[in-house]
Amino acid sequence: MNTTTITDIAQAEQGTSLWRDAWLRLRRNRLAVFGLAVLLLFVIIAILTPWIAPYGYAQQQLAIGATPPSAAHWLGTDIYGRDLLTQIMYGGRISLAVGFIATAVALLIGITWGAVAGYVGGKVDAVMMRLVDILYALPFMIFIVLLMVVFGRNMLLLFLAIGAVEWLTMARIMRSQVQSLRQQEFVEAAISLGLSPTTIIFRHLVPNALGPIIVYTTLTIPSVMLLEAFLSFLGLGVQPPQTSWGLLISYGAETMEEYPWLLLYPGLALILTLFSLNFLGDGLRDALDVRSAKD
Amino acid sequence: MWRFIGFRVLQSIPVLLVVITVTFFLVRIAPGGPFSSEKAVIPEVKAALEAKYRLNLPMFEQYTAYLGDLAQGDLGPSFKYPGRTVNELIAAGFPVTAELGFYALLVAISIGGIAGVIAALRPNTAQDYIPMSVAMIGICVPSLLMGPILILVFGIYLEWLPVSGWGDMPGDKILPAITLGSTYAAYIARLSRAGMLEVMSQDYIRTARAKGLPEWRVVTGHALRGGMIPVVAFLGPAFAGLLSGSFVVETIFQIPGLGRFYVQAAFNRDYTMILGATVFLATLIVVFNLLSDILAAWMNPRLRSQYGDR
Repeated sequence: MNTTTITDIAQAEQGTSLWRDAWLRLRRNRLAVFGLAVLLLFVIIAILTPWIAPYGYAQQQLAIGATPPSAAHWLGTDIYGRDLLTQIMYGGRISLAVGFIATAVALLIGITWGAVAGYVGGKVDAVMMRLVDILYALPFMIFIVLLMVVFGRNMLLLFLAIGAVEWLTMARIMRSQVQSLRQQEFVEAAISLGLSPTTIIFRHLVPNALGPIIVYTTLTIPSVMLLEAFLSFLGLGVQPPQTSWGLLISYGAETMEEYPWLLLYPGLALILTLFSLNFLGDGLRDALDVRSAKD
Repeated sequence: MWRFIGFRVLQSIPVLLVVITVTFFLVRIAPGGPFSSEKAVIPEVKAALEAKYRLNLPMFEQYTAYLGDLAQGDLGPSFKYPGRTVNELIAAGFPVTAELGFYALLVAISIGGIAGVIAALRPNTAQDYIPMSVAMIGICVPSLLMGPILILVFGIYLEWLPVSGWGDMPGDKILPAITLGSTYAAYIARLSRAGMLEVMSQDYIRTARAKGLPEWRVVTGHALRGGMIPVVAFLGPAFAGLLSGSFVVETIFQIPGLGRFYVQAAFNRDYTMILGATVFLATLIVVFNLLSDILAAWMNPRLRSQYGDR
């Protein structure tokens, strides 16, 4: 191209933007791409489950009972003759929903809390972050068990309780981001334009801290999903007639001696998802060049 | 150093108070009183029971009375097991959980630490990739899956080890300890690798090499102390994770420990037991966080001053 026009320059600049650069780096990481692909596949399956599931969710065939994988039932059936693949698909909807929704709750609280503390600074910051310090030291797992006991095993509460636990690290990350960003000229410009702090935080600061937020989000989802599996395994999480991978694993563990596939396949679904999220999270951290949030 | 310790101890007091207060009121506002499931009791009996458990007092007085008992180490009677106190139940279950946790931590530190150091000695070679891939598996296979898989393979198919119980048969402590420790072994492997990599590139390691020390002396004598700081700092959170992880592992392997009691108490709505066990476990976790922080600071003076400034 000999004649350079303004649009060309604009395109060239777009071509080397931070995000495009990160995407190129991510694409070179085969494990991360694999993780992303598996994750997308699982999410699409979860969304389409009511239409593509091979059998009805509550459909039982007591006559056949537990059968190993076959042509009619790809992953076999459980002791009530329910199709395991169907169960795993519906369970995945819940497990993934808990992972995403609870993480979204955590993000919302964490980002707001951290951004306000970092932006306002001074005594407000000191009080807010000291509170985070105190909450960090609380044994939360035990508290969630307690919450589920006290308020009954309610799904909405499960989302909120898990989300309310996982926001602390996000708040710390966001605060340190905002503290370094608020010294910069574009924030001063926004202040001198008379924008409200809310606008400055959400329109100018949060988008600039997106890298660490994305990375940490990807690494929060698996820990949230583990928490759900943990609670459901103990019988304190998702309750029948609904199901989740954690619940399917706990049923599978009861009968694994006779029907090992009932443990194997739900377990594989959970492991594959956790692997994918961890690989993707590690890949994104390298691609976006974010220093480890956990160190 | 003493100032740092004093500062951290003082910081732990409000945490404990928050734990006790929140737990107490959560349990008290729980729907379905402890006796509501029982068939109708004669009013006099009910009144006597309520007086015994102080349910007839206003809530705030119940709270102050509970704090008073707590200060004397009395966690009150169990709602579900008449005639037994929460202290007795904890005394029966905790030694088992502590032993399980100790073995699990031993598994985690020895396997994780060695794997991490080995990986860090030759980064980006097979010697690094293989242990780190295994660590990734350890992180992604939660104990609720690891336990059943180990039982299936080593207990049922190979018939090498017993699959349940605690101290009843030789070797029945091996699988639970591995199940509980595996995740933490994986985290420790990653942390010690990162810590060692950072230390190995420092000047004092070059100096140690320059004065002609053999490599194993450089590693064991000089690098380990600095490289293990992240691991030591992780021990506090790991301890908390081990305690709650014991809920699952004790359920899988039918171990009569505190974790299993806690889950059973949760199902039975044995409120005083839940309250007492929560306070007990939370105190333990706070104390261990404290110890792990102090140990990490003792190993790394830079961290100490950083904490002191905050």
